Amino acid sequence: MLTRIVHSSITRRLVTALGTLFGVAVLVFIMLRAIPGDQVTAQFGIESGALTPAQRAALESYYGLDQPLLVQFFSWLGNLFTGNLGFSARAHLSVAELTAQSLPVTVELAVITIVLSLVLGVPLGMLSASKPNSARDGLGQVVALAGLSIPAFLLGSSVMAWVATFWGQNPNGQAFARLTDNPMLNLQQMILPAGVLAFGIAAPIMRTTRTAVLDIRAKDFIRTARAKGVPKARIQMRHILTNALVPITTMTGLQFGYLLGGAIVIEQIFSLPGIGRQVLVGIEQKEYAVVQSTILIIAVCFVLVNLLTDMLYRVIDPRVRAL
Amino acid sequence: MLIRTHKKHLPAAVAAIGALAVLAGCSGTPSSTNSSTPPPGTSSGGNLVIGVTSDVDTLFPWKATQFNTVNVMQVLYGTLTEYDQDLNVVPGIAETWDVSDDRLSLTFHLRSGVKFADGSDCDSADVKSSLDKIRDEATAAVARSQLSSIESVEAPDAATIVLALTSPDAGLLSSLASINTAILSSDDTEEVLNETPNGTGPFQLKERKPSQSLTLARNDNYWGDKAKLDTVEFRIIPDETSIVTAMQSGNVQMSVFDDPLVAQSAATSANATIQEQTQLAYHVLQLNATKGDLTDINVRLAIQCAIDRQQVLDSAALGEGQVTGPVTSPAFRSDPAARPCPERDLDKAAEYLGKAGKADGLTLKVMVSSGEYATSVNEAQSIQAQLAEAKITVELEVLESGAYVDRWLAADFDAAVALNGGRPDPDQAYSRYFTSTGNLNAVAGYSSPELDDLFAKGKSSDNDAERKQIYNQISNILEDNAVWVWLFTSFTYTATTSNVQGYIPMANDSMQYLRTTSIN
Repeated sequence: MLTRIVHSSITRRLVTALGTLFGVAVLVFIMLRAIPGDQVTAQFGIESGALTPAQRAALESYYGLDQPLLVQFFSWLGNLFTGNLGFSARAHLSVAELTAQSLPVTVELAVITIVLSLVLGVPLGMLSASKPNSARDGLGQVVALAGLSIPAFLLGSSVMAWVATFWGQNPNGQAFARLTDNPMLNLQQMILPAGVLAFGIAAPIMRTTRTAVLDIRAKDFIRTARAKGVPKARIQMRHILTNALVPITTMTGLQFGYLLGGAIVIEQIFSLPGIGRQVLVGIEQKEYAVVQSTILIIAVCFVLVNLLTDMLYRVIDPRVRAL
Repeated sequence: MLIRTHKKHLPAAVAAIGALAVLAGCSGTPSSTNSSTPPPGTSSGGNLVIGVTSDVDTLFPWKATQFNTVNVMQVLYGTLTEYDQDLNVVPGIAETWDVSDDRLSLTFHLRSGVKFADGSDCDSADVKSSLDKIRDEATAAVARSQLSSIESVEAPDAATIVLALTSPDAGLLSSLASINTAILSSDDTEEVLNETPNGTGPFQLKERKPSQSLTLARNDNYWGDKAKLDTVEFRIIPDETSIVTAMQSGNVQMSVFDDPLVAQSAATSANATIQEQTQLAYHVLQLNATKGDLTDINVRLAIQCAIDRQQVLDSAALGEGQVTGPVTSPAFRSDPAARPCPERDLDKAAEYLGKAGKADGLTLKVMVSSGEYATSVNEAQSIQAQLAEAKITVELEVLESGAYVDRWLAADFDAAVALNGGRPDPDQAYSRYFTSTGNLNAVAGYSSPELDDLFAKGKSSDNDAERKQIYNQISNILEDNAVWVWLFTSFTYTATTSNVQGYIPMANDSMQYLRTTSIN
């Protein structure tokens, strides 16, 4: 019986996920075609006006644009099932190879960003909640407001300019170093963009923490624990924070999912060859297969992160396990 | 319209704010860099790192149109003829050439000892195969229309190429200097070259990391003076402000900007030397004389008279540029004052509007692309404000660059603010727009038998003085009929750190003088 329930739940999730991914695929396909121009005009610009019809036909057939839209869609979809994500004429690499290079960069950036955001956001949230409407709460709120309202591109450009001006350093001006090739330089290149992103993402985490902590603190069991003389620190960590973890996890999972979509602006400013730039360059060059496949990969990542978050609830909260 | 992808990634605000941030604290001293220091014991011209905002979009020279791609192809491949720094045609792979008396035959004598990067010889068979393939529609080479006067290509011996022409073509030698007519080995295919370029240029491809960098190494098989640099790395840094900070910290030694603000911040904060270079490309308000009120010459003249070009230049581009007439190539340059309204004249504008029966004013739809180049929208707004004072209400349509190019190609606009690429030869620059058979004539929206006749004469004349006079006449016709309103040419700014020497920027944006550049 239990097995059946588990199976049906997993099946349901799987079906929902596949439905979502198919929806994303269709949507991206349609949206890309709705953008004026195609790969020929993207590559040749106005020189495409000088192409003869025969030249144009040769190029359209080279890029596979001469097929009807439905054929284009299903041949791309069919190729996905054989592991062929498409080919980038610009980079002269397959989308799988491109993604194998760019996805680790984005995942690394996302992980460092989330760690920094948690380190900054959770303590700040707890500090704010420890004495609501006090000066320290006000300070926490101001920091959070700044994090939410200062655009990442402004902070990114400014931080980079300051570091270059005052220390004569710009690690991101050097050729990009992979974590496996040169970990030290790689971390130097990651820390500034991750810090800038974390400043923005710590804000919602801080606010969520503050609200959750205040909410839990008002609960009866906390009063009981206090009455029983449980030390304050233990109440904070063991009773309040543990219970507040569920909303914090939800918020963190959501932000992590967004980060895996690629922080395009930050990747641009700090010259990180991540997945966001892969999509952006794909759109600029109208490389349909690159954009479609990459966005599908991002969507898969998002679905997986959501699934992982759900599983984390079971670890964190025994009540979920009991369901 | 010039294709420059490197400006369109981020809003101009990013660059401007970042530049201000750099300017705010410009006291840093550039630190020395490891990347430009050769390993000890090697005799070396050094390794130069150039900051560029976008990656190449192809490694195949016959299809290269984007700014950065053309620059890279320029140093990898060779052409029959070349330009010198003043854009005069000089020998390339062809050492000399003879023109027959009837000017219908052109014989090239190829240089001996020209080799491709893979070590194989470049002979007349490669030249013939290249020119034949470029002219073949199936290749989809962009230079095909420029070689339309060639009837046949013969290679009587390994060092000679004979072109039979359908009619004399004064612009052909210049066309053959374009990198879109690069000479490729007859054994190579587009597929192979996109992986491994194999040209006769001063450099060869060493390594490519898509979206990160492209590194070239000196080609020791090059026929001319060998390049001084060991390697040139085009490092992709999508944001111009980030390039400035990379120069400041010594990671990048050279970059070409087209935004004066960014160039200024490179000069002050990164202590870079800036070389200003007037471009062939021109900023223009294209009028479509086949549409609505613009079919009336008086309306077009009223627009010409109501626009102060200097004011557009000052307000949109900080005055960094020169007011221009139609022809921008140095040898044929138009006199900017030779037009019905050399200066802004609102009375005359009102008079022309009266003649057109529009004394109460009219409405003009103007399209402009956002982000394609730094000044586009500012130019459009300046024009809008100026025309408003002449009772011409401008409705601006600000379009994403893809949408803009689509409508531009379809001639689906009344007026368009554009940055059009110039060419060293005026025939190449304008015959495709203003002859009735030109492939962009629909976009230009204007042609006349008189212009057709003049372009034909200009193309067939081999007398420089006569050609200059002909293109002057063409220029006057275009201005007298207010076909378009030519505004200004701007500068590019080549920023180099103090240890870079010998680089010469060119008006056509070519980076061919990387071959004479060295770094200490």
